Amino acid sequence: MPTAAIKRPLQLNDLGQLRHFLSLDGLPGELLTEILDTADSFLEVGSRAVKKVPLLRGRTVCNVFFENSTRTRTTFELAAQRLSADVITLNVSTSSTNKGETLFDTLRNLEAMAADMFVVRHADSGAAHFIAEHVCPEVAIINGGDGRHAHPTQGMLDMLTIRCHKGDFANLSVAIVGDILHSRVARSDMLALHALGCRDIRVIGPHTLLPVGLEENYGARVFTSLSEGLKDVDVIIMLRLQRERMQGGLLPSEGEYYRQYGLTTQRLALAKPDAIVMHPGPINRGVEIESAVADCAQSVILNQVTYGIAIRMAVMSMAMSGQAAQRQLESETAAQEQN
Amino acid sequence: MATMRILGARVIDPASGLDEVTDLYLDATKIVAIGKAPLDFTADETLDAQGLVAAPGLVDLSVSLREPGYGRKGNIASETLAAAAGGVTSLCCPPLTRPVMDTAAVVDLVLERAQEAGHTRVFPVGALTRELGGEQLAELVTLRDAGCVAFANGLNEIPNTRNLRRAMEYAATFDLTLVLHSQDAALAEGGLAHEGPTASFLGLPGIPESAETVALARQLLLVEQSGVRAHFTQLTSARGVEMIAEAQARGLRVSADVALYQLILTDEALAGFSSLYHVQPPLRSLADREALRQAVKSGVVQAIASHHQPHEQDAKLAPFAETEPGISSVELLLPLAMTLVEDGLLDLPTLLERLTWGPARVLQLPAGRLAVGAPADLVLFDPQTSTLAGESWYSRGQNCPFIGHCLPGKVRYTLLDGRISYRA
Amino acid sequence: MTLPNPTELLPRMARDLRAHLAARQISDPRFIGIQTGGLWVAQALLEELDERGPLGALNVSFYRDDFSRTGLHPQVGPSNLPFEIENQHLVLIDDVLMSGRTVRAALNELFDYGRPASVTLVCLLDLDARELPIRADVLGATLSLAPDERVKLLGPSPLALERQMLASQ
Repeated sequence: MPTAAIKRPLQLNDLGQLRHFLSLDGLPGELLTEILDTADSFLEVGSRAVKKVPLLRGRTVCNVFFENSTRTRTTFELAAQRLSADVITLNVSTSSTNKGETLFDTLRNLEAMAADMFVVRHADSGAAHFIAEHVCPEVAIINGGDGRHAHPTQGMLDMLTIRCHKGDFANLSVAIVGDILHSRVARSDMLALHALGCRDIRVIGPHTLLPVGLEENYGARVFTSLSEGLKDVDVIIMLRLQRERMQGGLLPSEGEYYRQYGLTTQRLALAKPDAIVMHPGPINRGVEIESAVADCAQSVILNQVTYGIAIRMAVMSMAMSGQAAQRQLESETAAQEQN
Repeated sequence: MATMRILGARVIDPASGLDEVTDLYLDATKIVAIGKAPLDFTADETLDAQGLVAAPGLVDLSVSLREPGYGRKGNIASETLAAAAGGVTSLCCPPLTRPVMDTAAVVDLVLERAQEAGHTRVFPVGALTRELGGEQLAELVTLRDAGCVAFANGLNEIPNTRNLRRAMEYAATFDLTLVLHSQDAALAEGGLAHEGPTASFLGLPGIPESAETVALARQLLLVEQSGVRAHFTQLTSARGVEMIAEAQARGLRVSADVALYQLILTDEALAGFSSLYHVQPPLRSLADREALRQAVKSGVVQAIASHHQPHEQDAKLAPFAETEPGISSVELLLPLAMTLVEDGLLDLPTLLERLTWGPARVLQLPAGRLAVGAPADLVLFDPQTSTLAGESWYSRGQNCPFIGHCLPGKVRYTLLDGRISYRA
Repeated sequence: MTLPNPTELLPRMARDLRAHLAARQISDPRFIGIQTGGLWVAQALLEELDERGPLGALNVSFYRDDFSRTGLHPQVGPSNLPFEIENQHLVLIDDVLMSGRTVRAALNELFDYGRPASVTLVCLLDLDARELPIRADVLGATLSLAPDERVKLLGPSPLALERQMLASQ
């Protein structure tokens, strides 16, 4: 059998520090905890009068969004600005790639304009990996969401939310409800929960919206009944149901989905009394979640936005730092070899 | 014309069961003697083949030559040379050219170019339907007369079951062989990888095993009803080969091949989203791979083919979903296949049978035999040396995940019609 | 040369600080320690001064000037200033004054909170190795080290100084 060469993990530099943030796969629990701790420090910055720190002053961060998204884009922009970086946003769906320029060339051109970091969102799974590996290995790449594969900053901000409101992961019961099959948020959440030591990860949805391998890949328990799955959970993460799922035979209607899987006040009562309700947004009131629940005291949906800025500031500074440390290491090694 | 003698090779001819260290004598384009030189034979050229294995030139049932129409990916001259480097002397090219191989003119062009290049014999597989559209039958008999040895529709399913039945009945009328891919278009739609835990983890849309088995069931029932001779190509699943075995046991005239890479790789190779492993039909699970290997060993699968698909660099340099599927590997056919011997799955004569006599018999090709009177199509290889894949590379397509690997065995000479078509 | 005992330096530092503040008629300053060593010194100093007011903690990691060379340093925890900065007199406390860059970073950070009326700098040790024009208003002791030597404060209680050798290049 021909054997492949063993490669250094793409996201880490030679010192084991973050230098790209592509997915939570392969990142040790200690590193995820470090991200959460760093984000805590940035949360404090967000509560000051001057919400900026000079950490990335003089650096250029390019948001390259091949897939439209106002909310993720603005939080990344805000995070970069609070780090004092210069920010450019490129909505590529409307520009050069439509004229036939490949993604490869688009990014190489941006790199030539001395971008220090790309935040990339793309409709294809693996796009951020492709860019980090083949296009711009020297530029820090932050994955803003790639297809169904990963949304690591969302995963981490969800973890920060849970840690801030519920404490340690080891004794928590966390339920993720909805279209897991198409959800990069769900995949990142499950990986993060698993790495941080959560021992009861539950996924709830109809078979048509559940991918295979949930137990194998994440140690998750599968429920097709919402009432069963929500019993005594500490955290409920509701996923957005997209309109398109009604076509192609996955679901008959939003109404039936809401009746079976919508988070209503009655169903919320099945969870622990102090359970928190989360949602990556934007919410579809009356489809996956009852309006009253979205606005109730147990809902931390709005807090997630604040945590999101802090997490993004944390991973952007850590990745930029990891690239700098790698360059330093390489120039030291080169200098030593010359002597 | 020249005469040649090849001395001291281990001569293996799977068709006759010959396996001994002996000498071969070639005169012009034919093998004239095995063992003892014919009377009055003088050799113009002598090859000292001590330590080498001499086998019939390999017969590869699927090599995309990319001509006419896909010049950026390859052409007949480059890809047949790559095949010769892999030990191939006869190959079948699929009808997926541009224009599609549904007219005699395209067949003529391909045969002409192949003749000019002179690196391998080319036996075209013609289109079963016009433009491979699945609706109207192509002129099968005319194509046969032009040189097509079988007919296929590629991965494009024939959606209308009645059309599929009629195509089979028409082909059966003239005793034509159909080469069938099994993939249900609706079940496979949008899919990029085998629907299993790996694809699920990576967020790649999946192609379930049932895409193959549902299509296969439909095809097998119609093959039974129509009596057509059918060869099932590029099988990927355990359940699929099980169904083939059942059909064979029931007496149906069905044969099967698998892609060599499918016997080696699994869907776990996709872990880093490397587009080099993007193939259609997809790489499946470890259990599937093991079942395919056993089916090759038992003979339920009679042939191993490269399913060579060279691509230009751009076709693979993009996020996974935007890349084109296919691996370029014909020039590694022999050494890559030798890994199956190295692993202990097959002994060398059986491996060679799956690469020569097995494929030749499946499509009734005049090839795959090493016998007195047969054309002098041979491969001479050294089983003890290794090939560093990629050290030299003739195919236009560099899209090969095995480049850089050390593979067992090395092709020293490939002979076509008694003439050396490739020399290491 | 032997390292001084921080506990023995504190009483004189407390007296010097009181005198310094009195001379400027500063009666109700806000105390801020730079994490982590400066915070320990601040806690001990406040005890010495018998001060029971709030103590601010400053994490200067985000204001350092070596980010582009060596990246983020290991985190020491978020800053926590439980009082207004605007128009306040501040007493900024650090353990070791070496190049002056940490204090420079701390001043930048403080000014992002507001505009202080004044900043008084208190340091346990000055290593006489400044690269910026920054000096302590109140100092425990001066120390000269060899180029490859460093000194580290252990704490929070008891406070002690430890000499360290830098790893050879």
